[in-house]
Amino acid sequence: MKKAIVGILALIFCFNLTTATASDKNLKISMVTDVGGVHDQSFNQSAWEGLTRVKNELGVKVGYQESKQDADYDSNLETLLDGNNDLIWGIGFKMADSILKSAKQNPKQKYAIIDYSFGNTTPPNVVGVMFQAEEASFLAGYIAGKMSKSNAVGFVGGMSVPIIHSFQYGFKAGFKYANPNGKIFEQYAESFTDAAKGKAITTQMLNQGVDVVFHAAGAVGDGVIEACKEKKKMAIGVDRDQNYMAPDTVITSAMKRVDNAIFNISKDFLAGIYKGGTTVNYGLQDGGVDLAPTTSKLVPEKILKELEAIRQKIKEKTLIPPATPEAFSTMFKEKK
Amino acid sequence: MPNSSYEKLTATFFSIVAGILVGGLVLKIAGLPVGEAYLVMFNSMFSRANYVAHIIVKSTPLILTGLSVAFAFRTGLFNIGAEGQFIIGATTAALAGYFLDLHPLLEIPLVLLLAVFVSALWGGIAGLLKAHFAVHEVISTIMLNWTAFYLQNYLVMLEGFRRPNSEASNSINVSASLTFFENWKYSDAGILWLEKHPLLADFLRAPVNGGIIIALLAAIFCYIILHKTSLGFSLRAVGHNADAAEYGGIKVKQKMTTSMLIAGALAGAAGATHVMGVSRNIAILASMEGYGFDGIAVALIGGSGAWGPILAGLFFGALKYSGSKLQAALEAPSEVIYIMIGVIVFFTAMPKLFGKISDLIKKRRAHAR
Repeated sequence: MKKAIVGILALIFCFNLTTATASDKNLKISMVTDVGGVHDQSFNQSAWEGLTRVKNELGVKVGYQESKQDADYDSNLETLLDGNNDLIWGIGFKMADSILKSAKQNPKQKYAIIDYSFGNTTPPNVVGVMFQAEEASFLAGYIAGKMSKSNAVGFVGGMSVPIIHSFQYGFKAGFKYANPNGKIFEQYAESFTDAAKGKAITTQMLNQGVDVVFHAAGAVGDGVIEACKEKKKMAIGVDRDQNYMAPDTVITSAMKRVDNAIFNISKDFLAGIYKGGTTVNYGLQDGGVDLAPTTSKLVPEKILKELEAIRQKIKEKTLIPPATPEAFSTMFKEKK
Repeated sequence: MPNSSYEKLTATFFSIVAGILVGGLVLKIAGLPVGEAYLVMFNSMFSRANYVAHIIVKSTPLILTGLSVAFAFRTGLFNIGAEGQFIIGATTAALAGYFLDLHPLLEIPLVLLLAVFVSALWGGIAGLLKAHFAVHEVISTIMLNWTAFYLQNYLVMLEGFRRPNSEASNSINVSASLTFFENWKYSDAGILWLEKHPLLADFLRAPVNGGIIIALLAAIFCYIILHKTSLGFSLRAVGHNADAAEYGGIKVKQKMTTSMLIAGALAGAAGATHVMGVSRNIAILASMEGYGFDGIAVALIGGSGAWGPILAGLFFGALKYSGSKLQAALEAPSEVIYIMIGVIVFFTAMPKLFGKISDLIKKRRAHAR
């Protein structure tokens, strides 16, 4: 064993050919994806689109580091730390612990994280970015309420966690707002990857008379959309504009513009503005969430006009879509 | 078949070379500079103490799951279930590490033993099913993998264990941590001292932990069991020829169960050291993380002895760690990197092919004479 250790140490000294580190004055911004990877058709991909825009429009260097396992977050952050990055993005709430640890150990490095808020305990070198997904989901729910002929819609969630609740209760509220007597079926797939399960759940819902299904379940949603397409019913996409997956089926998508958030915060950062220690909320107001541009293809003019009025109300905060079960029940108790 | 250990070594060496060559071809097709890519990988294995430390940390669970698969191989069983046993070990360690808070000298062995014990039972299920109901272990362990997977996802979400508003469990108590100098290295005194010793500081920046010692002890344990005890003799006899072993008076059914118990314990130790040394908690899994499946590759590369999995595990860990460095250095898409690693593993996993080829050549020569 001793020999092996001596051997390894000898190797360390012999091959001290550290790769050339970027020493130019150019700024560099990089991100670490969560286990979804950079081609996940969802927020990681959207984040990378945002950074690519930063590169093209603002001319700084960008890069990414993909994680395959939860245990990769720490070592990927270290790799970026060694790569002379000026700002490091963590994509997704799964990275919260690693970002926090890394930020505390490297107080001079600046970080930002998507989908997580450290609240009052945010370190001064971290910016949290949250999306008010309930606002876009409310609009999607409204469309579902108005377009359902059977007065029954479905929601397929990935897992029962707060991030998904904001989609679920926003959607439910929007639906009830449009169609107070309608019925809503809700189910969790307990997965973000199992498309076959999404399809099975959706088919069952459709057989019970549901004709619009909204999902907030990552790749499980591929199955949801497929089932709706096969049965010629309506589906509502999530995170990105998913209309391209089934152009006659996906009537709208509740988009979370991770790309806009990354672009804006990176742009501010390059201009010297960095709100360390705080959490930034992105809602309808600042283009952080919205319905997909393809919504106008399948949703009638009349509903679009009504949506415009609701959008205005949400922006003015006279209508606040619920993001939690508690907020949802108070909203609808007050009405009764 | 390669019969001497010398031939085995040359076969493994040639398959690694073949893997690197074909891997280079993959890089070439993807339009990446081959020489530079391998240089980056080589540098990110050895050029800094930090990298070496990371490779050791990454290899630890692979060595243990590799030992698990290799051990079951010796009894003629194919333990696909290392993944599930890893999950059970990790879950038990996370539960015990969180709910028990004793003195570290008592806590660490207790948490580790609990995790190993429970995952041994988990592995034993497949052994029992095979021995008494002729359920093929490949089928039952695949099923048990999914059972373990969903069991973990269920347990993580239980109130009291789950950390509020997250997809993860609470972290284990510090007393159950295997990480070296965990508190000290971030304390003011530690930071001050480490500033004067940059090499050690670089090494300790990685979550270096006692897992590697446990892995090495486990390899010694495997060696002793297999080669120095009558239990090991009968296990190997069952692996060579179960019918002959039964005729010779060995209780084949019992040995199969024992073998799976031990294999489960080894993979469970991998999960436990991973939680106690690196991750600190368990989280909802969207898909299997692959520590157990990589263990199959490690066992194939290393051969089913007790020492092979150590080298193969370190090799595999080094490939995985240095592969991830390609992304930042060359902007290589991770898919290409994983195809390349896959190709190398593919070739290294079949030294038998090279053994067969050399056998064939020998036979031809003998025939010609």
